Amino acid sequence: MKGKIRAYTLSTCPYCKAFKAFMGEHEIPMEFTDVDLLKGEEQTKAMDEIDRICPGCGYPIIIIDEEIIVGFNENKIREVLRL
Amino acid sequence: MTAAISDEEIEKHTNTLRNFAKSTGYTLNPDDAFLRIIVIGLLENKKRFGYASCPCRIADGQLEKDKDIICPCVYRDPDLVEYGRCLCGLYVNEDYISGKKGREPIPDRRKTHKMSR
Repeated sequence: MKGKIRAYTLSTCPYCKAFKAFMGEHEIPMEFTDVDLLKGEEQTKAMDEIDRICPGCGYPIIIIDEEIIVGFNENKIREVLRL
Repeated sequence: MTAAISDEEIEKHTNTLRNFAKSTGYTLNPDDAFLRIIVIGLLENKKRFGYASCPCRIADGQLEKDKDIICPCVYRDPDLVEYGRCLCGLYVNEDYISGKKGREPIPDRRKTHKMSR
């Protein structure tokens, strides 16, 4: 399995919830940031980072090492994580 | 976090959405479990902002700025044509149901070309 996994998510998004459930079921450790729950400067900073690394993308935005996966694309996640 | 959403609120809003979709000629996601998650997200935003903004987009919390993403968002119809579903998957069409479109993640049309209500 690959290294560090982090994700930008929304607490209300069904695809983000499906992604979190998938990672939980497979017991894969990761860090996620529910951007909608951030406040003020923190939220602006996260959204600027998202626009920088992935302009026009929907959520979840998943970063595995340096690879970016947009949306809950299960096949792609399995491939990158070699599941 | 917003106050928990009751089963009663979820069922009531789901029925409201079903009736609205039927009367306006639209189709809701046939996956009831997934539909429930979407409705919870809509209700959470309604409690948070006072209006049901799209659960897959970040709302500003100011009505004037968020009008385009209040469900049904203004991006629903072009998304249905192009992807067979809207961004959050609440509204779908035959292409989606048959599996021809929309099973992969789709871009956020609001980010690529903002429309007004």
